[in-house]
Amino acid sequence: MNPIDDMSVFHAAFFDEARELLDDLEEQLLVLESTPNDSDLLNTIFRCAHSIKGGSATFGLTDIAHFTHGLETLLDRVRKGQIPVDQTIVEILLASLDHMRALVAVASKEIAAAPDASELSRRIEVASGATASPILAPNVAKSVQLPKDEQFSRRFLLHVVPANDVLRQGADPALLVSKLHTFTTIESIVCDGSSVPQISEIDPEESYLSWSIYLTGDVDVERVLDLFSFIMDGSEITCEEIVAEGLVAVEAESVTDAGIVKIESAAASTTASDSASLVGAGKRSTDKTDASTLRVSTDKIDTLINLVGELVINQSMLNTVIADFSMLKLPQLLDAVARMERNSREIQDRVMAIRMLPIKHAFGRFPRLVRDMASTVGKKIDLKTVGEETELDKTVIDLIVDPLTHLVRNSIDHGLETPEVRLAAGKPATGTITLNAFHEGGSIIIEISDDGKGLDRDIIVKKAIDKGLISESDVLTSDIIDNLIFLPGFSTAKEITDISGRGVGMDIVKRSVLSLGGSISLTSTINVGTRFRIRLPLTMAILEGLSVSVGNETYILPLTSIVESIQPKSADVRMVAGLSEVVTVRGRVLPVLRLHNLFGIKTAVTDPTKAILVIIEHDEKQAALLVDELIGQNQVVLKSLDDNYQRVPGIAGATILGDGQVAFILDVAGIVHGIAASELSTQIAA
Amino acid sequence: MAGSQAQIDAGIDYLGGSSGENNQYLTFTLDTEEYGIDILRVQEIKGNLPVTRVPGSPAEVVGVLNLRGTVVPILDLRRKFNLPEIVYDQFTAIIVVVVKDRVMGMIVDRVSEVMNIPAGDIQPSPDFGNAMSSASIQGMAKVGDKLVILLDIESVLIGESTAKAISLAA
Repeated sequence: MNPIDDMSVFHAAFFDEARELLDDLEEQLLVLESTPNDSDLLNTIFRCAHSIKGGSATFGLTDIAHFTHGLETLLDRVRKGQIPVDQTIVEILLASLDHMRALVAVASKEIAAAPDASELSRRIEVASGATASPILAPNVAKSVQLPKDEQFSRRFLLHVVPANDVLRQGADPALLVSKLHTFTTIESIVCDGSSVPQISEIDPEESYLSWSIYLTGDVDVERVLDLFSFIMDGSEITCEEIVAEGLVAVEAESVTDAGIVKIESAAASTTASDSASLVGAGKRSTDKTDASTLRVSTDKIDTLINLVGELVINQSMLNTVIADFSMLKLPQLLDAVARMERNSREIQDRVMAIRMLPIKHAFGRFPRLVRDMASTVGKKIDLKTVGEETELDKTVIDLIVDPLTHLVRNSIDHGLETPEVRLAAGKPATGTITLNAFHEGGSIIIEISDDGKGLDRDIIVKKAIDKGLISESDVLTSDIIDNLIFLPGFSTAKEITDISGRGVGMDIVKRSVLSLGGSISLTSTINVGTRFRIRLPLTMAILEGLSVSVGNETYILPLTSIVESIQPKSADVRMVAGLSEVVTVRGRVLPVLRLHNLFGIKTAVTDPTKAILVIIEHDEKQAALLVDELIGQNQVVLKSLDDNYQRVPGIAGATILGDGQVAFILDVAGIVHGIAASELSTQIAA
Repeated sequence: MAGSQAQIDAGIDYLGGSSGENNQYLTFTLDTEEYGIDILRVQEIKGNLPVTRVPGSPAEVVGVLNLRGTVVPILDLRRKFNLPEIVYDQFTAIIVVVVKDRVMGMIVDRVSEVMNIPAGDIQPSPDFGNAMSSASIQGMAKVGDKLVILLDIESVLIGESTAKAISLAA
């Protein structure tokens, strides 16, 4: 264990916390826009910014601390009612939020550099009235009543980097810093501990710290520097005035007279870079799907601890029973084992629940997205979210965000109309997008619906014919037409916009949903709206399965994909054209897939009337899978097969049965859609 | 996996076997020959256990095994080297190795011993020009009157077999 590693743990914790705080902040700022006079809300916002500042200063992340400090000044005035909340303020706050995100990303080394924020810093200072500018101040002064001295107060940044041997000279930098109080107003002190070496190398007689001290009011720079004159040798002491950019030249003249004052732009950001780098980098950080940490509520942990306590008690009961076991005690033994089973099942459930997060984490980003996009495309949009507390596996949440974003963007860009068109169609000017999440059966349903113009089927059909996806003679139901948009390379956007319609549209969405083991469908009515419906498994790590046997092998079918199981009569099973086998189930004709043929199992039952047909379904496509026997239903823990081996067509993963043997979980999607079949036959032939 | 490798490393260091360059080999028999593999690759040795067949896998992959919750593929080295198959007996063993962060098992006729073979005693492999590529052979060592074939286990297990399987799956 070296101290550097230890620090990085705390850093990571800070970054997690900062991101969470920033998310909260965003949510609150969006609320602030609609209720600008909510003082509780303003206080909460201020506390958020303050926590971020405090945390970043503690960890020596001076960029973030400086920037947030400026923001905090503004927020403080807003909070005190000295500055009214208007659109400009909200815009500045949101822009600052984005910049803080970028700074956090820089600090956590996700991106190389944050975009230049000097303009933003200037806007913050102008808005907060902190600037000394006689030219810019009146802009603010119109709306803001500030005490005169505050409005024109100057700010100074004092850098104190004592020489390493300062302590040996008998000087105490901390004492000197505390003396500053006597003649200046200290606004804040940021301590930079970045040059502190590893603990093994620390010499207690050396000084490693440096400070950035913000002073306000009219500071006598010479007097400040005088204070430090005793430790001047080998130390680096500078005192500079913080001025808004654009005023540097004017101010510089007046202060360079002092001879020792260095002027720099007050830009809090790191080196300037074009905004393109942020766009690229931002994308990268959202791509990062499997963040390695997970915040778990203490409730969940406490429940687990209780359960484990019970487990221990059960174990000792079991021990007592078997200590001097006779057949007379059999009922007691069975009882104890049953108790144990209940207990372990519950522990399993609770442990799985640790991975479950409310879908709020995925929905949370949309209010901002909708707000920003609505103004870009000139539409009025209300976003409603329902069922935010619905819990989903963390992995699923991380992976579903991108498809959801795409769908919401689509609704904004293509689904909803402009206010004029809406009014002409007799609809309210403001369109509504609803995100709804709820449980249904063993799955989670997420619906994204809008009350826009609906899909124009004529255009879709025309487009599909143009692209050669269908032929003109095809007879299509409206349902089939709607689903054409999921085909690769299909995009009906008349012009390519930033927002959507880059030709890589819905097929990507569909593919990501399928890769999560889910499915997507849509319903649309002209002029009423469009609704996308995503069905997702609750969790990807554990599933309810049905074990089936084929020959002497055992396979697991996910229960959610099973429709029913039947034993067919010989008249129901037919060979079509001597090639493919079909079965008639209550009037429907389904293809028969013989698992023993797919997997090359030799000892299986081949007569369908003596075997079982399991009707499986994926993505609304059904097939009948021929197996020997159904063994039973059980929960199985999904194990990866490609960690140590490789992906096997037709197999979704492995699991371990009660007897310790490995069994494979069938990839129903692959089998139903026949992908696996063709791959397998070539492989077996090879 | 990395952890278990580290444990083995630590163990070897503890035994004083590794002094900069490792020269310990685990030797085993296959058909009539004696083979050796770098001991640092070996995670554990298990008796023969029933495995679960993997549909559509290459012939040398006899199946997968549950190794304390991890699903591990098992290869039969006889099949891999095109040697005649035998009935598994009480000497049949599975050597579990870690190659490229993957855990794999290989079935051998019997495990012999751990040998110290100084680098100087190892001759480079001759060019065979037959089925078994010389890339899989690290060298030959003469120990007493025995000839030990030292296998480059990474290229044996990961090399062609997986490449072939992957090309088939694609």
